[in-house]
Amino acid sequence: MNKAICLDVKGLSKWFGGLAACLDIDFTVEEGEIVSVIGPNGAGKTTLFNCMTGFYKSSSGKVSFYGRDITRMRADKVVSLGIARTFQIVQIISDMTVLENVMTGAMVRYARIKPAMDKAEEILNFTGLYEKKDFLGTELTIADKKRLEVSMALATQPRVLMLDESMAGLTIVELRQIIELIKKIRQGGMTLVVVEHVMEAVMEISDRVIVLNSGKKIMEGTPKEVVSNPEVIQAYLGDKYRAVSQ
Amino acid sequence: MNHLTKRQKIAAVVTLVLALAFPLVFTDTFPIHVLILVYMFGVLGMGWNIMGGYAGMFSFGQAAFFGIGAYTSSFLLMNFGVNPWIGLVVGGITAALVAAAIGYPCSNLRGHYFAIASIAFAEIVRVVFNNWKLVGAAEGLSLPMLDESFANFMFHSSKLPYYYIILAFLLIAIATCYFVATSKMGYYFRAIKESHEVAEVLGVNVVRYRLIAIMIAGFLSAMAGTFYAQYILYIDPESVMLLPISVQVVLISMLGGAGAVIGPVIGAAVLIPIAEYTRITLGHQGTGVDMLIYGFLIMLISMYQPAGVWGLLSSIGKKVK
Repeated sequence: MNKAICLDVKGLSKWFGGLAACLDIDFTVEEGEIVSVIGPNGAGKTTLFNCMTGFYKSSSGKVSFYGRDITRMRADKVVSLGIARTFQIVQIISDMTVLENVMTGAMVRYARIKPAMDKAEEILNFTGLYEKKDFLGTELTIADKKRLEVSMALATQPRVLMLDESMAGLTIVELRQIIELIKKIRQGGMTLVVVEHVMEAVMEISDRVIVLNSGKKIMEGTPKEVVSNPEVIQAYLGDKYRAVSQ
Repeated sequence: MNHLTKRQKIAAVVTLVLALAFPLVFTDTFPIHVLILVYMFGVLGMGWNIMGGYAGMFSFGQAAFFGIGAYTSSFLLMNFGVNPWIGLVVGGITAALVAAAIGYPCSNLRGHYFAIASIAFAEIVRVVFNNWKLVGAAEGLSLPMLDESFANFMFHSSKLPYYYIILAFLLIAIATCYFVATSKMGYYFRAIKESHEVAEVLGVNVVRYRLIAIMIAGFLSAMAGTFYAQYILYIDPESVMLLPISVQVVLISMLGGAGAVIGPVIGAAVLIPIAEYTRITLGHQGTGVDMLIYGFLIMLISMYQPAGVWGLLSSIGKKVK
């Protein structure tokens, strides 16, 4: 049975002057999938995210969300339609407590404080941050900040969650925890698009992987197909994976 | 934003009772005049607090809204005999609309860029009024003497009615700020203050909420402006639109504790009496001395207590607990 197409990106390009940060990128994401986007630094992964979520206005191409055209839509409208994201550099509100941060996210669905607080507490229980709900955002470790950012994104009650390098800079233990959290989020029926450099995690969680290089999509496939593709090894993964694939 | 603790409620009630009783005990006009200024700057500070302290738009141009309020009600009274209370509302709405008109094109300006734009805007408004014949240009407006009554917003025999009116305005401003701080709006303003990106990614329409903050601030500032016009009965661009007024508003809010509801009131209560007393006792030495003391105070506060006097008080409060 075919699943619904959640995100449909067609011919997406983003030019900065004469430089194409993204060039003619096509891909789709089905409902309930985890799709990873990998590629070397400067490949255009974050630009792609920014174009899809309204933070950049794409130069050409089209992005649809459940059939609805969201190309060049304002970022906050994209959120209210049901696409949430995190940033490579953690974005939290530093003079708010953990709970208030998550409440602010929930308010896109609730006009009043109380239901937003109930929802925020429910989400903090889910993500395992409830014990730290009264801490200031700035008092958290990097791993907890990333977990908080994911909680804030979940609080907007999205249908798609887009994570931009949620695993960078974490210890092995913290990495395991965030992978478990992602799996748990997925079990709830969430669709995920993930930009990630940690290949072990990409291999473990992804249904499909999209590889970008110099702004172009060079390959798409299952994690296994991707790590054994010579072009991907050449552009990104390096010889460690050449040995594995032979 | 937490709701008030029991101790804060008691402190608020005690302060209010003291404020109500003060002019009955101290009947000299000077202390009453100083407190009237404290409350008036408290209202201005509350407006600034909403847009600066909460929403992070550091305006150095509040005098423009103060002046627009003063001019609107005075102009309407002089030329069309419009009651000052109606003039107050019209002035507030005018200031809010002007605020939105200038705020919209400034939607992407943050931090010091916004501050610079606000100074430029306020100076342009001042220069326009300084040369605008219709509103008296540099000569300003002298309000007509009306019979003394609450309906006329004019009293000649005593400062007491002015005292209670501006106290009521201050309570309205505090209530507005409290409402904002404890509602969705307050959370969204704080998100915007952190960064536009974090606000947008949480689904906040940054442009709309910034405009709301600016308009509330514009309205409150204009209320204070109409009060000033009715109190002094004479306005000119020098007295209601000068940059030092805007700076004073910022200092009061920062010193008291920007981003805390009561911060600007504390700031006004500390700074205005110092300004008035130093002006009177040291004024003959030149105008700079009170500003020197301000400068010194601001340096002390920003070095040792960036959260302002309120931050100092609440950290002491926590230790006592």
